[in-house]
Amino acid sequence: MQALREVEGRAIPFGRKNIDTDLIIPARWLKTISREGLGQGAFEAVRTTEPDNPFDSEEFAGAPILIAGDNFGCGSSREHAAWALLDLGICVVIAPSFSDIFAGNAFKNGILTVALPQEAIDRLLEVAATDPISIDLEAQSVTTPFQDRFSFDIDPFRKHCLLEGLDEVGLTLSRDDAISSYENSLAAEKPWLTRGTGVAA
Amino acid sequence: MKPRTLYEKIWDAHVVERRDDGTCLIFIDRHLVHEVTSPQAFEALRLADRKVRRPELTLAVPDHNVPTTPRLAPDGTRLPIEDPQSAQQLAALERNVAEFGIRYFGATAREQGIVHVVGPEQGFSLPGTTIVCGDSHTACHGGIGALAFGIGTSEVEHVLATQTLLLKPSKTMEVRVEGDLGPGVAPKDLILHIIGVIGTAGGTGHVIEYRGKVFEEMSVEGRLTVSNMSIEGGARAGLIAPDEATFAYLKGRPFAPQGEEWEQAIAYWRMLRTDDGAAFDTSVAIDATEIEPTVTWGTSPEDAIAISGSVPDPASFADPSKQDAARASLDYMGLTPGTPMREVEIENVFIGSCTNSRIEDLRAAAEVLRGRTKHDRIKWGIVVPGSGLVKAQAEAEGLDKVFTEAGLEWREPGCSACLGMNPDKVPAGERCASTSNRNFVGRQGPGSRTHLVSPAMAAAAAVTGTLTDVRELVR
Ligand code: SF4
Repeated sequence: MQALREVEGRAIPFGRKNIDTDLIIPARWLKTISREGLGQGAFEAVRTTEPDNPFDSEEFAGAPILIAGDNFGCGSSREHAAWALLDLGICVVIAPSFSDIFAGNAFKNGILTVALPQEAIDRLLEVAATDPISIDLEAQSVTTPFQDRFSFDIDPFRKHCLLEGLDEVGLTLSRDDAISSYENSLAAEKPWLTRGTGVAA
Repeated sequence: MKPRTLYEKIWDAHVVERRDDGTCLIFIDRHLVHEVTSPQAFEALRLADRKVRRPELTLAVPDHNVPTTPRLAPDGTRLPIEDPQSAQQLAALERNVAEFGIRYFGATAREQGIVHVVGPEQGFSLPGTTIVCGDSHTACHGGIGALAFGIGTSEVEHVLATQTLLLKPSKTMEVRVEGDLGPGVAPKDLILHIIGVIGTAGGTGHVIEYRGKVFEEMSVEGRLTVSNMSIEGGARAGLIAPDEATFAYLKGRPFAPQGEEWEQAIAYWRMLRTDDGAAFDTSVAIDATEIEPTVTWGTSPEDAIAISGSVPDPASFADPSKQDAARASLDYMGLTPGTPMREVEIENVFIGSCTNSRIEDLRAAAEVLRGRTKHDRIKWGIVVPGSGLVKAQAEAEGLDKVFTEAGLEWREPGCSACLGMNPDKVPAGERCASTSNRNFVGRQGPGSRTHLVSPAMAAAAAVTGTLTDVRELVR
């Protein structure tokens, strides 16, 4: 997973509330077999019906930040939503609030979710229309070229993982000793449980 | 030692490590894999050059989008899957199981079927185990006393690589059912009624244990049906304590312990009960004698009502947000408040899904349909067995003939119209009496209108072309 410390760049201003995962990536894209390429289907409903949408504007092509309204990522738990954002090049989403499941999926995929009050979002949406925005995860701040500065909270564990680019699988694999010792005692106490389908490990 | 609930016993037995904040690294005994939620997990393993830690604890089977039309040509060659994306997901699963050395029941294997039917049927799912699968109805396996829950694709990857998950313990909820179910009232009616009582968010953050004589007397198939829908009550998982019926169901199954080990296993399983005096965080009591055959009227499983009832008036709900939801539901469902449920006309019937596609479900539906034919209004009626083994058993009992003579189609196993990911869909604006578990907007196809029912009730609707109290057809 890519480490994330400082992100500076254009931010897609899309301040709508209740952006659900179906809007982020419609169900028909769930039949894919790769995390890559989902950017094509991202915000499809917006892109096919709203010619002036920011996702298709050249100005915001490759923008690493998305600014949105309240309750971002609600609806179905599909992780494809996080993959679609990553595929668009987005690694930070700023909104007043996020659905828990989306926030979890985003984190697992190295996307930083920043929750800020609505006033801050309004200001950032205004700046984003014309200028870049900076995020410093170490300092937990969002700044603009006009001296705006907003601080945000983040779970210390998530912060550490994002800063170091640690993924959960890697972290758990570092606990290999503990898992192996559990497996050994299981094999001794409940041998009938450990054979499973019987294929050779 | 402090008295513990069944959930706490299973949880405690699986803690690899406990962290200061209460999060635990939990060992996963059994992992079921299907074609839709696994490709990106395997992709991630490959990119990071990681292995599957315990391939023998993993079982893969395609079910979600495989077609339910014949898969083999008369000459025995495999027929191609028309939808290119489904074909691609199936091909990816076949590649992945070969590359990572995982036991696989392919689309044309006799053992193929819906993951949650296959697990218990093969004796892969066992009491007291932790079971995960990238599908929210994994709670199903709680019917044999396993702690089973659905996970997302990142977690699928995590389990493949580490055989563990990082979890926080859930709260415990007791659903205690007193009294007996009346004749003609099925486990499906019971669970729909329970969800109607607790609401779709009633079990949030909890694992439900179903308790009471009803469950002790219920078949294992029925218990799987009940536990299956725990997620529709908001719960992470459901549990029913394993007993002699569970052991009899599992004995001799291909992956179940054998001989001396079987005796050891049973000795352990007998201890898997909630201790006297153990406390639940929440308790709900249900009177079984009040329950009638139950149907849903709206677009949430909690919109359950007795078949003798009428479409409710949204204004009758106390909660304003529920009023709005009910209005939107009725609008989508094309129903008017006050209409008796038994006057609701049905055009489609689906008997299948991991909730109700086991042999007992098919027998219950066939009993109603025997010697009868579907009503002219029924345009499409399909019966989709939960696995190839269920299909073979049903055919040995002649049930397939009962269905086809009644005018219903007899299909190959899979998820089918439960989620409409394969070609089996309910047309927009039409109603379906469905034995599946979700009546969400568009679940069975865009614009589809689902009424959740038991297998016998689905069969009754097929006969009369309206939602019907099956007790009037079978006495
Ligand atoms: S039948 Fe439906 S609920 Fe069951 S596993 Fe398949 S899609 Fe999921």
